Amino acid sequence: METAGHINIDGRDVPFTDEKNLLEVIRKANIDIPTFCYVSELSVYGACRMCTVEIEGRGLITSCSTPPENGLKVRTNTDPVRQIRKIALELILANHESECPTCTKNTSCKLQDLSKRLGVTKVRFRSVKKPVPVDDSAAIVRNPNKCILCGDCVRMCSEVQGIGAIDFAYRGHDVVVQPAYGKSLEEVQCVNCGQCARVCPTGALTPRPEVDDVWRSLNDKTKTVIVQIAPAVRVALGESFGYGAGELTTGQIVAALKMMGFKKVFDTCFAADLTILEEGNEFIDRVKTGGTVPMFTSCCPAWVKYVEHHHPEMLGNLSTCRSPQQMFGSVAKNVFAPEWGVKTEDLVVVSIMPCTAKKFEAKRPEFQDNGIKDIDHVITTQELAQMINEHGILFRNLRPEALDMPMGFKTGAGVIFGNTGGVMEAALRYVYEKVEGKTLENCDFHEVRGEAGIRTAEVVLAGKTFKLAVVHSLANAKILVEKIRNRQCDYHFIEVMACPGGCINGAGQPVSFQPDYKKRRTDGLYEADKMLQLHKSQDNPYIKELYERKLGGPGSEHAHHLLHTRYSSRRRMKGRSMVIVDGNRKDKIEIRVCVGTSCYLRGAQDLLHHLARYIADKGLQEKVQVKATFCFEKCDKGPTIKVGGTVITHCDFAKATAAIDKAVGALTVEA
Amino acid sequence: MCELRDAAEIVFKGRAGLRKVVICTGTGCIANGAMDVYAQFIREMTTAGFNIVEMFRGLDKVTDPLKSIYLSKSGCQGFCQMGPLVKILPEDILYNLVRPGDVREIVEKTLGSGAIIERLLYVNPVNKERCRSQKEIPFYQRQSRFVLKQCGELNPEDIQEYMAIGGYEAAKKCFIRMTPDAICKDMIDSGLRGRGGGGFPTGRKWEVTRIQADPKKYVICNGDEGDPGAFMDRSVMEGNPHSVIEGMMIAARAIGADEGYVYVRAEYPLAVKRIRMACADALKEGILGDSVFGTGQKLHIHVMEGAGAFVCGEETALMASIEGKRGMPSPKPPFPAQSGLWGKPTVINNVETLATVPLIMGMGIANFRAIGTRTSPGTKTFALSGHVANTGLIEVPFGLTLQEIIFDVGGGITDKKGRIDPEGFKAVQIGGPSGGCLTKEHFDLALDFDSLKSIGAMVGSGGLVAMNRSTCMVNIAKYFMQFTQKESCGKCVLCREGTKQLLFLLEDIVEGRATLETLDVLQELAGAVQKGSLCGLGKTAPNPVLSTLKYFREEYMAHVVDKCCPTGECKALAKPEILADKCKGCTACVKKCPVGAITGEVKKAHTINRALCVKCGVCAAVCKFDAIVGV
Repeated sequence: METAGHINIDGRDVPFTDEKNLLEVIRKANIDIPTFCYVSELSVYGACRMCTVEIEGRGLITSCSTPPENGLKVRTNTDPVRQIRKIALELILANHESECPTCTKNTSCKLQDLSKRLGVTKVRFRSVKKPVPVDDSAAIVRNPNKCILCGDCVRMCSEVQGIGAIDFAYRGHDVVVQPAYGKSLEEVQCVNCGQCARVCPTGALTPRPEVDDVWRSLNDKTKTVIVQIAPAVRVALGESFGYGAGELTTGQIVAALKMMGFKKVFDTCFAADLTILEEGNEFIDRVKTGGTVPMFTSCCPAWVKYVEHHHPEMLGNLSTCRSPQQMFGSVAKNVFAPEWGVKTEDLVVVSIMPCTAKKFEAKRPEFQDNGIKDIDHVITTQELAQMINEHGILFRNLRPEALDMPMGFKTGAGVIFGNTGGVMEAALRYVYEKVEGKTLENCDFHEVRGEAGIRTAEVVLAGKTFKLAVVHSLANAKILVEKIRNRQCDYHFIEVMACPGGCINGAGQPVSFQPDYKKRRTDGLYEADKMLQLHKSQDNPYIKELYERKLGGPGSEHAHHLLHTRYSSRRRMKGRSMVIVDGNRKDKIEIRVCVGTSCYLRGAQDLLHHLARYIADKGLQEKVQVKATFCFEKCDKGPTIKVGGTVITHCDFAKATAAIDKAVGALTVEA
Repeated sequence: MCELRDAAEIVFKGRAGLRKVVICTGTGCIANGAMDVYAQFIREMTTAGFNIVEMFRGLDKVTDPLKSIYLSKSGCQGFCQMGPLVKILPEDILYNLVRPGDVREIVEKTLGSGAIIERLLYVNPVNKERCRSQKEIPFYQRQSRFVLKQCGELNPEDIQEYMAIGGYEAAKKCFIRMTPDAICKDMIDSGLRGRGGGGFPTGRKWEVTRIQADPKKYVICNGDEGDPGAFMDRSVMEGNPHSVIEGMMIAARAIGADEGYVYVRAEYPLAVKRIRMACADALKEGILGDSVFGTGQKLHIHVMEGAGAFVCGEETALMASIEGKRGMPSPKPPFPAQSGLWGKPTVINNVETLATVPLIMGMGIANFRAIGTRTSPGTKTFALSGHVANTGLIEVPFGLTLQEIIFDVGGGITDKKGRIDPEGFKAVQIGGPSGGCLTKEHFDLALDFDSLKSIGAMVGSGGLVAMNRSTCMVNIAKYFMQFTQKESCGKCVLCREGTKQLLFLLEDIVEGRATLETLDVLQELAGAVQKGSLCGLGKTAPNPVLSTLKYFREEYMAHVVDKCCPTGECKALAKPEILADKCKGCTACVKKCPVGAITGEVKKAHTINRALCVKCGVCAAVCKFDAIVGV
């Protein structure tokens, strides 16, 4: 790239090209300017003041918000600069719960690191910390006592994920980051992607730990503990032990897990191969039978929850396939446990995932049977590193060991599930052969690879053109979904991964500050694919055997029972109806009046009031149950009420009383 | 409609044979009952058989001028402590502290027979003479009422009156006869600087915005005045809303904006109402709308109410607030001129600045530059308050000295009990909680943007708080710090945490817990917050601390080293004492002391038992001989 000019940084001329700001130029010059609130993929915020530098003629300025200009003379470590940084750190520490040794972020905390680096040995200010409760959700622990209000999480959630589940509340010294109205993360639209935790510089947002649960299971003699390793884990765990990003350590991971006492070590890639066969067939079937398209992938639990919250009308577009994690659990507990002679309740299935949303997914009621979960515990890549360290295993000295069969066997298609575009490519490798009826020679579909947030491609199969899209980060998914809703585009098949870059950049992965770590992890997965003999899920002999012996063909009824599911809308508050009138008769008519915002604005409250009086005047109290309730999803046609089984839109007093009279009349005759 | 000159004369002076009664309905006078006075005037004048004309248009229908009264409400006339004010034209009589009960007499005597009611006239406290008109009152004599002039004379709710005196002519000239770059050039040449605090040249701001390529631009009027004690912008918006709209129109024409916002704090309901009314009236007249003055150029102005956050006066926070986001500042660059409201080039000017613009265009650059100083032409309004005899809204040319403002306009310093104290001056806080203090050594400083900046203070929004010698400067610094600390948006570390810690350190000092190290930390932290904060609020928040440290260090030392507050204001450190030579032994204090800490016989000096004393200060308040000190 062409040089746009030079900036003199601490006496040396440094060329710059298209760097967004002075901070990037300084870092390029091998000076690691400290920051808390600067994250290159987010907007510039300018709150932490740590990146302050001195510019000749301009004085002290934050480098993150300064555009590079030819001829600037910058000094990065003058006395005034040092003073501001140290005072800022002292001030932060005075308002921080500094329980470092017992903090999950101990040794990987930016605040701790910078305090040490900048030589802050004493805090001269009074502690102003007021303890507040910790918000412990299924996937993420939010501890406001450790929050330094850098806002990285807030911007991540709104800018990259398009959600805005958390934001700043209150002013001045009372400022906190929290979900709306001080609710907990579980009560709001948080999809558990954990990207907030990925960028949190301290221990204020961390994945919910499950390590202790796993140790307890391992040490329980009555349990058989097996484990699955997700694709993205193998190219990132090494970073916790000094390997580079993208270096494959599958064999050492297996060895370590065996040392810890896992009976069998399997691969989620096996379940990914299974997913491809189910999902591929579902897609072909939808196209053939005129089913709902575009079909969205459903492997990513954050994306699934996003659809449930924001686009329940598109739930039918989601593939009904369970995610590979859940397929694995279902097959392990229902198919293999009996073969191994282990009772279901004694088989403990542990997942090692790059992801925090998987923790939530494993606890979903859809994936439990009589209180027995298909997946018992989900730990992240980071937690695996912690377990290895806790056990004292010298990871770098381990000799690689082999995964167990049959669920340790996978094709390259299953491996690339861990990066954006991978699921689409794996599906194409299957669908191509299935539709064309001939062998696919070159398995690489470069058209769906890459880093762009929204990528589209067209493939022609059996003379028909299929439009495909691959999207990562939910803000991009949001754009695409809006276009589809507005009929500005039409696709057949869309892969969505919530995290930028896909699972390789999940919130459970080791924190990396290398600029190109995402690409290196992705490359690691594509190389792993290349190194395997098989690249197409349909070629996996153990999958074939599983279908032949146990499931019947892909999409069979048994397969459907074990490998598919249905999701439901989370748009509305549940279980919050208010009973206004409650009769004693068993066959009483249920009358529900929506008092949601739209219906309320159209007079639902008055209608409810008049109906209650009508019922009292007519002496119908015993025969009905009247509830104030929320949303029939007909907001544009309100007020909406439901009398017995009949939904009445644009309802007024006359319509409502007519319906009530009719229903109650029928009731009297029957009685 | 009458000829322009004729019309202006009626508005400003009244006319022989047609009296004008102007009742000040600024917020201060309304709070003192001006609306009741107005209603009473209607009743009494009706009873007396006068034909009342309330709007300018109604003057056309007047058939019998001698039996008609032009009854008008005006904006703030400035002398708020004497309100409600009633002005009678053409005689130019100013009545103050008028109650509804006085109205009948005014109608009967003054309107009926031209007699003056002496008891309603202002009494000059210096020579005890009664002042018949505004011109004779010392408070007004040293002022140059320029922006505020029309505020005290026009009916802010009558666009016809504004137009009658030549209002909107400047905007018309700009839209019809001037090119945008010519307007910018004029504004640069006029030397007008932003009245909102920073003093940035208005013309340059416009020019930078004008040259941006984006076809969509905005003009914003910043009416989010939030300094405690400051009410200049409120008075202009309430008193002469059309001048603000006209200034915005000229700015819009200069930069090529077709949309504007007036951002007013919701705590100014009257300003909101009058600005809204002014916009609606201007729209009806074809002055705003899809074809401004029939030129085919568009300009729509919206009024947006702020929710009361002080920080929303900062321009980037203000724009975030208009966009519906949390009102938090963002780093500059980009400047609003490059990327402002909704990412579009935006000019954002303060109320007073915009209200000055039509006056400049009307009077010409040379005439404007003749007022004030070379680098700060024009006038500045200040809200004068604190320990001065005359408090209220004042307007003076730049270059007036501190002494002239305090003693000539303000009428001198008062003591604790409100009496003039010729030796009482201690300091003046200028520029609100973000400003600094001026002391005796600045008496002869000609106040303008640059002279104030050179001594570490600023014009700021224009608050002027005078303080007498019984004021503890450490306590004052603490008071202002409390304000900025509460109003910090909480975004950047140095302001959010730094102001909190500064407040703690100041509390330590006034409560006797401080050591010399506290002073060092205070100084260092204040410097860091000043240099390192994100926005103007944080950068200026330590000013009161730094300037009091500079000019009143010995007071800090007394608190820290001697554990003593020289003024006795800091209760924790107060060491009450009865001066034996002054005490007459009247026993007034003995009787009032709630804890029985004072003992003494009649006509003999009393003593205070400090072990019992709760430092409530009641004794000092009742002592007629100023014998009790230190509390």
